[in-house]
Amino acid sequence: MAEGKVDAGPPVVRARPMAPHLQVWRWHVTMTASILHRATGVGMYLGALILTGWAIALASGPDAYAAYTGLLGSPIGKLVLFGFTVCIFFHMANGVRHLVWDFGKGFLPKTADATAVAAMAFAVVAAVVVWAIALLTGAAA
Amino acid sequence: MTQPKSYRTPLGRARGLGAAHHGVGHFIGQRASAAALLFLLLWGVWSALTVASAGYDGAVGWLHSPVNAGILVLLLGAAFYHGRLGVQVIIEDYVHTALAKTLSLLVNTFVCFGAFVIAALSVLKVAFSVIGAA
Repeated sequence: MAEGKVDAGPPVVRARPMAPHLQVWRWHVTMTASILHRATGVGMYLGALILTGWAIALASGPDAYAAYTGLLGSPIGKLVLFGFTVCIFFHMANGVRHLVWDFGKGFLPKTADATAVAAMAFAVVAAVVVWAIALLTGAAA
Repeated sequence: MTQPKSYRTPLGRARGLGAAHHGVGHFIGQRASAAALLFLLLWGVWSALTVASAGYDGAVGWLHSPVNAGILVLLLGAAFYHGRLGVQVIIEDYVHTALAKTLSLLVNTFVCFGAFVIAALSVLKVAFSVIGAA
């Protein structure tokens, strides 16, 4: 609305500016981390439902629990749980990255690149370590 | 005599120009639950390694500890709270028609609240069960 004008009538809804989308950006590791953060978040949403299923099965008795843990212990079940583990550790590491940004730190391109790679590496290494422990202790038998 | 700049109220001028549906509650809630989940999930992964090999009786016995049952309920609460906020943002980013957006947000809320209540009650049922009576 121009300054000094007396305006009346209904509010004018202008077309809002749109942010440039994926196709105009050159690939960048921080972009990958951002996309992975969302994807792993959805993965954990599904993981929380798997955990809910576990609680229901446990409350339903030994037979239901055996059936459910049998499902989780199948090859596909283990693959899903390994993916869930990767999701947990990536979202956790990248979440810490976000919390550091909230304090105004870590925005230098080199820092942001390095922490993005670090979050991805941590996710894979931590998940492999957890599953190695599970195999060694018989938790993933 | 000075000419008024506009007869429209600040609210009238702001309407239709942005989200303006909520304040900082979402932002702070997302970060507070993130901080809690950082610790709760580390505990959760560590606990899963313990419980996975313990079988039915071991899992029931594990939940008889009020500390384990309590932290698991906290983990479920923080996870579904945080997950609801996160998926809400995804819906707001990608679903633009009013009806589909409203329905998606409603389903997201129902799933998270529903799953949390059922999971928490399951944990508490096991936690309060008498060993050997299940």
